[in-house]
This record gives sequence, structure tokens and C-alpha cells, in this order.
Amino acid sequence: MSTSSPVIDPILSAEAIAARKPGPFSLAGKSIVTPILLTLILLAIAIVTVMIGSKPFNQVIIDLFVRVILVVGLYVFIGNSGVMSFGQIGFTCLGAYVAAWLTINPMMKKMSLPGLPDFILKAKMEYWQAALLAALFAGVAALFFGRVLMRLSGIAASIATFAMLAMINTIYSNWDRVTGATSSVVGIPIVRSIWPYFTVAAIVIFIAWLHAISRAGLALRAARDEPTAAAASGIDIPKERLVAFVISGAIMGVGGALTAHSIGVVTPDNFYLSLTFVTLSMLVVGGMGSLTGSVLGVVILSALIQGLRFLEAGVPVGGSMLALPKGLQEIALGIIMIVILALRPSGLFGNRELTLNRNRSE
Amino acid sequence: MLQIVFDALSLGSLYALGALGIALIFGVMRLVNFAHGDVIAFSIFALLWPSTDAMAIVFAGNLPWFLLIPFVLAVGAGLSVLCEIVVFRRFRNTNPATMMIASFALGFVIRYFLLMLYSSRPKSISLLPILSQPVEILGARLPLLQLITIIVTIAILFGLVIFLRRTRFGLEMRAAAENFSMARMLGVRANRVIMGAFALSGALAGAISLIFGIQTGTADIQMGAAVMLMAFISTVIGGLGSLAGAVLAGFLLGAASVVMQVILPVDARPFRDAFVYGAVILVLLFRPQGLIAARGTKERV
Repeated sequence: MSTSSPVIDPILSAEAIAARKPGPFSLAGKSIVTPILLTLILLAIAIVTVMIGSKPFNQVIIDLFVRVILVVGLYVFIGNSGVMSFGQIGFTCLGAYVAAWLTINPMMKKMSLPGLPDFILKAKMEYWQAALLAALFAGVAALFFGRVLMRLSGIAASIATFAMLAMINTIYSNWDRVTGATSSVVGIPIVRSIWPYFTVAAIVIFIAWLHAISRAGLALRAARDEPTAAAASGIDIPKERLVAFVISGAIMGVGGALTAHSIGVVTPDNFYLSLTFVTLSMLVVGGMGSLTGSVLGVVILSALIQGLRFLEAGVPVGGSMLALPKGLQEIALGIIMIVILALRPSGLFGNRELTLNRNRSE
Repeated sequence: MLQIVFDALSLGSLYALGALGIALIFGVMRLVNFAHGDVIAFSIFALLWPSTDAMAIVFAGNLPWFLLIPFVLAVGAGLSVLCEIVVFRRFRNTNPATMMIASFALGFVIRYFLLMLYSSRPKSISLLPILSQPVEILGARLPLLQLITIIVTIAILFGLVIFLRRTRFGLEMRAAAENFSMARMLGVRANRVIMGAFALSGALAGAISLIFGIQTGTADIQMGAAVMLMAFISTVIGGLGSLAGAVLAGFLLGAASVVMQVILPVDARPFRDAFVYGAVILVLLFRPQGLIAARGTKERV
């Protein structure tokens, strides 16, 4: 508010309103720095990895990028809506199996998954085509489930999404002619280059940013912070949640497809409680309400996990090997997470985003 | 037929006891305690000597039953109170998601602590083997344990009701569950009530682990998780914070699982859990506040 302006006519002229209205892309212009910076950080990681050229390290970074995709997917729904969902990994499972169905050699498929419909049995696609279809399939599934679940809020919504995850897991663990039940589905072509994973992670970060500054995203965040006021201002909360749920579901689906291509094997239990909790922890430790937090939460926790694994394998100190006992890695990780959360209850980044402008208040 | 009823009741008892443990803590501090399942696992492993063999070296498990049972309950209660003092005290008044993840991280720590000491292999143990013998009631052969599970659960529930309604401490706890800040203003000591809730919940976890351990004859690090998930669901569909609701929903869920196992066509049986979870979603859609909505948890405008 400027104090120098003279007394304003209570009824503003049309020009005055137009002058106050922010320009069409002002929000985008102000906030685009964040996804660019995040992408640059990931790019730097990718370039360093390629320069090091170590195979195990390459795989570690691929895992990191996949996790980034998954956690950004969680952020789109959980971060913006404030509804804790335990079910998003279910869409990852759907996506991973779509990738498996479409990319495994038809000869092998006929043996291991005879219950698939004919056109899928014959299909042999490139991994990127399969990944796109995986996103589509997971998105449609999210639309289907979301239509029902988005009417709930709070802890009831959390449990309902969990029930959805458990349903998907039960079905995929038992439908042996189509999903191979609990045995591993093998023969998925493995993509070892780091660039596809980086590209998808970058695209996903930009999609999350676009959604966050879109009308739907802004409305959803308003509903998260002040549900009553938002509803009174005409925001259709279930609808805005559904939009985020579907986008998130599609992202989780791509993440699932890439998980399948990064390890070459899928089982339903890869995509169940432990992955749910690992990704949720990364999101919450990084800061639920912030895109920066979700990306850097993955980077920081993954670095921590790798560091602890490294210590567990043993470090030469002087003449002897100093190694942490087995299992201590997970214990240390748990303790570090508790300490971070105790010191910063809303995560490392809270609601703030990474920008160049240091004194911008959020 | 009688067999089905008893199966349903005994499975429901386990869920109800678990749900009660979660609901007690949720009532006083709005924490969904994911570490509860690991407290269950810890209580049973406390009976064994740390080793990585498949055959367990029983340590405290050889105690006579009148020492064994209090020992397990005390272990559960002790660990639970310890969690409160070391971890959860620092998370009061933070948002639910943070608390949830903190409790999950704590459970993670407990689980891997057990894993480090005992390895991940399930261990066979035989506790109180007399209880596994079958008895004949009204023409149905039932394991004695099933009967005892049901009786013990009902006894615990009655005990709890008397405790909550007739003692000063129970009154304070109910007051705290209903409106924590108001209760504090009227002189209820927060730390005492919260620690009491954790102790009770831990003792319940100990009871579950005993029943489970005797029933399956194994000690498994994963075993807490299975009961815990169902208990967690029961707590929510019962109405978070409502103890009666948690118990009711626990029994309903147990009954639903057993009944579906019987009535579903053979082809669909492997998918039983999917139907159970589907039913859970339906219940939530029609009663998002839970079957018995707790006072004070309704959203206010």
C-alpha cells in the first residue's frame, strides 16, 4: 500500500482496476526461477555422474531421479491439497505393470502372462511410448478412484486412499494370469542411460510448477489453508482436488514405468508400504508445501542413505577398516529424520521455494 | 457355523485390541502412532535372547505364566512410555503429517534395532503350549486359545471401561480426549495423562503380541505390521478418538474378513482383502466421521 496516493474515489474506474490487476504472466515470471534452478541442480548431478562414469553410481543416480519423479508426484496432490494420501504408490504400481505389459518381448509374455488380452500380448513398444501410456492409464485410474475419494477429507481421506492402495496391491498380487501374482515379472528392457530419467524428472518438475501457479493449483492451496473461506469464495474443493489427484496419478504412473525400466523386474510388493513411506518421508522431511522441498528432500535423504551405506561397507581408517554394524544405517536414518522433524516441524523448506531473490517473503 | 463365529470373534479381538491402542493415543494427542506395530513386535522379541538362529533361544519365555504375562505387558508399556518421553514429547502441537512421519521413523528405528539383534528370519517359539490344544464346545472343535483370546479381550474391555469410568485417572483421560486444552485448564496434568495413555496402549500391544505369538508359534518382525494396518483402519472407521467405535469396528472388520472368506466364490477368494478394503471405502463414504463419531473431532466452522 502506498501512502502517497491521494484519496481514491470509492468506485474505481475501469482503467484503475486494470492497472491493479497483475499482468497475464506476472506470477509465472516471478516463480519460474524455482523449477529452472531445481532442474539445473539435477542437471549438475547428471553431468557429474556421466563424468565419473561409474556404473553403480550411475544406477544410484537413476534411482534418485525416479524418486524425484515420485515425490514430485506426491507433492502435486499432498502438498497442494494438504490431504495426506497413502495411495499414490498404487498408481506407480499400475504404471509399472503397464510398462511391463507393453515392452516385454511378446514371446516371453505369452509364457509368463498368458491372461493378457491379445492386442497387448502382441505389443512390443519402445520404453518411452510405454511410459506415456502408463501415465495415461494411471491418470484414468486416478480419475476413476478420485471421483469417489475426493469427497472425503482429513484422516478419512487418508485411510480411504490407503484402502485403495491395499486393493490394488491385493488384486495385482493374486491375478496370476495377468500380473504374474507375487512372482517377479522379468524381461523388461533396462534403460541404463541417465538422460531419459533426467528429462522426465525435469518435465515433471515443470508440470508441478505449472499446476501450482494455475488457477486450479491456486484454488487448491487456498482451500488447504482456509477451507471455509475458500468454499465461501466459490471454490469447488472436491473438483480442484480431483484435478491435482489425476495429475499426480499420471506422474506416479510415469514414475512407475521408469522404475520398471531402471531395474528390469516388477513385483507388486515393490510398490507397497515401504515405498509409500520412503517417498512420504522424503516429501515431509523436505517440506510438504514446497516444490523445492520435495525435490531437495529426495536429494538430501538419498545422499544421507548413500553416505550411511558407504560407512556400513567400511572405510579404511589408518590401517584398519572402520565399518558400522549392519542395520545401523536404517536406525541412523530414522533418528536423523526424527531430529530434522523435531527441529523443523514443517520440513527443511517449509513453504518456501528456492529463488534468486533472497528477501522475498512468502 | 459356530466355528465361523469363533473365528470372526477371535480375529476381531486382535483388531479391536490393536485399534484401542491406537485410539487411546490419538484421543489425547491427535497422533496416529505408526510405531505401535513395532511395539507389538518388540514385546514378543523381548522374550528371546538376541541371536540370529531360526530356533529361538528362549530367555524370559520360560517364566511361569503368572510372571510371563506381566513381563510382556510391562515391556510393551515401558517401550511405549519411553517413545513418548524421548520422541513424541517434542512433537506435541505439530501438524498431524509431521507426527505421523515421526512415528513412522521411530517404528523404523525399533524394527531395524530388532533386525540387527535377531535377523529377519521368523523364529519358532512355543509359549504356553497347553493353550494350543483343541476343546470341544457345542459340537465344534476349537483351539483353547481362540476361546481364551475372546474371553481375555472381553475382560480387558470391561476392565478398561471400569478404569475409564470409575477412577480419577480414567476421568482425566476421557476429559483430555474430549478437549485437551480445556482439561489442562481445569487441572489435568498433561504429561501424566499422555504418559498414562502411552503406557496403556503399550500394555495392549504386549497383550496382542502374546496372543499372536501363542497363536502362530513364531516371532516375526513383520507380525506387528499386519495387525497394525487393520487396527489403524478400524480406528478410523470406528470414529477417530472414539474408543467404543474402535472396538466395534475392530470386531466388524474381523467378522467381515472371516465371513467374506466363507461366502465368496472360490475364484474370488484370493481377492478377499480387496473386497474388505472396498467395504472400508464404502463405509467411509457414507460415514466419514466414523461409525461412532467422537465428540470434539467434528470440524467446526
